[in-house]
Amino acid sequence: MSAKTTAPAVPRSVHRAGRQLHGGRLTYAILILFTAGSLFPLVWTAVAASRSNERLAQTPPPFWFGGNLFRNLKIAWTDAHMGTALLNTTIVAGSIALGTVFFSTLAGFAFAKLRFRFKNLLLLLVIGTMMIPPQLSVVPLYMMVAKLSWTDQLQAVVLPTLVSAFGVFFMRQFLVEALPTELIEAARVDGASSWRVVWHVVFPAARPAMAVLGMLTFVMAWNDFFWPIIALTQNGSPTVQVALTGLGRGYIPDQSVIMAGALLGTLPLLLAFVLFGKQIVGGIMQGAVKG
Amino acid sequence: MTSGTGAVGAPAAAPADPLDPAEARRRERRSRWYRRDVRWSPYALVAPFFLFFAAFGLFPLLYTGWASLHQVELTAPNEMHWVGLRNFSRLLSDEFFWNALRNTFTIGVISTVPQLLIALGVAHLLHFKLRGSMFFRVAVLTPYATSVAAATLVFVLLFGRDYGMVNWALGQLGWGPVDWQNGTWTSQFAVSTIVVWRWTGYNALIYLAAMQAIPPDLYESAALDGASRWQQFRHVTVPSLRPTILFTCVVSTIGATQLFGEPLLFNGGAGATGGSDHQFQTLGLYLYEQGWVNLHLGRASAIAWTMFLILLLIGAANWLISRALRKETT
Repeated sequence: MSAKTTAPAVPRSVHRAGRQLHGGRLTYAILILFTAGSLFPLVWTAVAASRSNERLAQTPPPFWFGGNLFRNLKIAWTDAHMGTALLNTTIVAGSIALGTVFFSTLAGFAFAKLRFRFKNLLLLLVIGTMMIPPQLSVVPLYMMVAKLSWTDQLQAVVLPTLVSAFGVFFMRQFLVEALPTELIEAARVDGASSWRVVWHVVFPAARPAMAVLGMLTFVMAWNDFFWPIIALTQNGSPTVQVALTGLGRGYIPDQSVIMAGALLGTLPLLLAFVLFGKQIVGGIMQGAVKG
Repeated sequence: MTSGTGAVGAPAAAPADPLDPAEARRRERRSRWYRRDVRWSPYALVAPFFLFFAAFGLFPLLYTGWASLHQVELTAPNEMHWVGLRNFSRLLSDEFFWNALRNTFTIGVISTVPQLLIALGVAHLLHFKLRGSMFFRVAVLTPYATSVAAATLVFVLLFGRDYGMVNWALGQLGWGPVDWQNGTWTSQFAVSTIVVWRWTGYNALIYLAAMQAIPPDLYESAALDGASRWQQFRHVTVPSLRPTILFTCVVSTIGATQLFGEPLLFNGGAGATGGSDHQFQTLGLYLYEQGWVNLHLGRASAIAWTMFLILLLIGAANWLISRALRKETT
């Protein structure tokens, strides 16, 4: 083996003490237990959604699926407005994700690669806005929305969240390294305008980070709670969270239907996690190291 | 616009041979436009963010401060009566405000501390070479995909007094049923459980990312010095993670101050009181109750600004602590 001849100085035990260590049985046992705890409430949501209200009012609680799933899903879909809510939330979260990715890439590129006055001050301002809690703007936002008669219209929840400081910072951190300055200069020498540079050089280079930011923003927008339940109502144009809040407040007093609603509202994101889990995990870990 | 010559608009590559006046003028115009483009386009690129922020972030922030000095009712949000600092002084003598502040603090502590400790442990385990490591990472992140509303609705059932799974399990162990919702500590514990469930996996991945960035030779030299695994964890992993730990502490604390959805929905249909005795009403929930149940937007604004001041205090404390830590290490 080549390792024997080239690296005699490092004894084997030290290699074993390094982080390449394999997990032992106990490691797997604890991780499986923790994973089970993470998944159990979701699985049990499906179990409860497949039962009846009467069965959920008995001891012991059900541990396995019953036959009422489709009946409950149907009631949740129509009577609890979950169908409308899913459509609305897809529109809202989709628009917010697209807008955030687009504007964040533009600003992130400027902060990463261009020279202009007040750049550092403006960047500091962007980071500072991340600290402002949503509670602080909710009263005037409500007054604005009421004045524009936007209550119960989707733009009331889309527009205030269309840009994100986190997004700008995330794209900047990515582009500082991923976009070679020579590439921009070469395009400039060829006489390309700023817009052409953005379109033909920046967007292609930023694509992986744009995808990750888009997914993270979509998840956050899908689950946004505080502002939507103020701006939208159950019977108008609810998002999933508004409809679920209505259910939780006793809109339909049937626990199995409530669970069916919770299941419907969560399934699209769980599906996204099954399909793109690797990228989402990568995005969160990438943002963590740089942020 | 693009005429025959290859070097249009590129001042650096202007050819040396003499030009006819029209062509020279065109070039002059182009290079002027080019200079303007280079000079101003950065501002155009960052403008959308700042315009949206000004309209939906900065203006509301300041206007909340203005509204907090007025009496404003939800039924007529355009009629504002100046009351000075009365909304704030009223808060100081309001037992429900102090109650909400206390609850926010205790729920914050019993949700943040276990959350970050467990996350650190899980991250340590995930850092081993594992079969199916990606499965574990995605699986521990699924609670993050679950919304506050969906999660809380399930936990309300699990923590149900009569038919809940938790009480059933306790019953199997011989403990009597707990009325989770009506006790102070029990309800706060239940609400915290929801927070811990949703965010532990997320924080574990953040710690894991930071652990992967620790250079392996640190462990190698520690092992050469004869450090046990536990000592390596304490003396290599934890110190290297210090900035990340501080970061997650700040983020979780900010999250805890704003806690709203869990206590709102844990109460079921009973409104925004946070339990019959306000036993789990947080500041966020109290703000909502004042503004959108009792219709006092001015008072809600005063609560919002008080929360902001508390956050600033936390930020200052964090800055002092991190400065002290940095001094200690150097």
